[in-house]
Amino acid sequence: MKPIEERKIKCVVWDLDNTLWDGVLLEDKNVTLRQEALETIKTLDSRGILHSVASKNDFDTAMSKIEEFGLKEYFLYPKINWNPKSDSVLEITKLINIGIDTIAFIDDQPFERDEVSYALPDVLCIDSLDISKVPRLPEMMPRFITEDSKNRRHMYMADICRNKIENEFKGPQEEFLAGLNMVFTISKAKEEDLKRAEELTVRTHQLNTTGYTYSYEELDRFRKSDNHKLLIASLTDKYGSYGKIGLVLLECVENLYTIKLLLMSCRVMSRGVGSIMINHIRNMARKEGAVLRAIMVPSEVNRMMYVTYKFSHFTEIEESDSLVLFENDLTTVQDFPEYVDVKIVD
Amino acid sequence: MTIEEIRDKIRTFLSKFIKNKEIDDDFDLFGSKLLNSMFAMQMVMFVEKEFKIKVENKDLKIDNFKSINALKSFVSGKL
Repeated sequence: MKPIEERKIKCVVWDLDNTLWDGVLLEDKNVTLRQEALETIKTLDSRGILHSVASKNDFDTAMSKIEEFGLKEYFLYPKINWNPKSDSVLEITKLINIGIDTIAFIDDQPFERDEVSYALPDVLCIDSLDISKVPRLPEMMPRFITEDSKNRRHMYMADICRNKIENEFKGPQEEFLAGLNMVFTISKAKEEDLKRAEELTVRTHQLNTTGYTYSYEELDRFRKSDNHKLLIASLTDKYGSYGKIGLVLLECVENLYTIKLLLMSCRVMSRGVGSIMINHIRNMARKEGAVLRAIMVPSEVNRMMYVTYKFSHFTEIEESDSLVLFENDLTTVQDFPEYVDVKIVD
Repeated sequence: MTIEEIRDKIRTFLSKFIKNKEIDDDFDLFGSKLLNSMFAMQMVMFVEKEFKIKVENKDLKIDNFKSINALKSFVSGKL
């Protein structure tokens, strides 16, 4: 588990009876919403922290109550069933695609908190008596609140909508992707992008080549440096914006370009956009007659980036215990995929 | 496991991704297109799970994964 001061919660999973509301729904249809729960949900939501539900209840009855309280749009992938809550919490974590140590679980019953703690020791379990204190916990304080964090819930909801359609779509995946009208924009990071850039370095683990985190100030120096390029990528499609979802730090010293950091938000994992970023850098390096290298720090969770590099014409030239240095074979020129409109903004 | 069994398992797996299209054993899965990281990773995980082999970093090469035939030779070499 990460040290307390570093640990940040990305999603709070709520119990319902005697936690979100006072009373037990199956015994009393007129349960009352707890004001402190409502306020906590809204406060955390404005900070970009997501919410979900793990409750032992009847799904339809509980969902219509949630809807009646006007809270349906706040809960991603609510799990309302009779399974152990640790199963529900784990499923939610997988569906949102975030780390288990970024989850908090609120329940009034010690038994349920213990069951979750026992099965998932990295989850932060909170007694529902403490709901009003939750917004003041350091784990619930993101370092920055960016435009993307404020819209995070809407972006995840748009994802659910896309995935549902993708799963129902019977044709080849490429046809589905083509129907999304995706626009992928790569631009030099501007000052107003830096908070989001720092947030991406802190939040992204799976699709992150080095896991290096950089502060706002460091990123600002790279942005202004002649020896670096800091690129940020955004993606939109017909369902809306995914926001700023990719970041690259490129060191350019004479004829040697080195990718120090390449990361993508997990939400765009199946959109083929990581390769677009690499392809753009390959084109840049080829044009300048530069050698292109990349640093990789393999971890337990970022193997997908290793695969992405290896399948994008990178080969290992140096390996130590924790670090791999790759060099790219720039001879194969690849086109951007037809299903994405790639815009390069200087 | 016979080479035909390996081939059939790979075909079954790929049929989840490539629908409404007949592909032969040399069909270039990546072609001139950029790969999608998720698909690449799913292929690696499929091979590890289905054939109980470990795909080492040095094995991660397009040449080992680019077609049904390439994947078949790679897997049979590992078994």
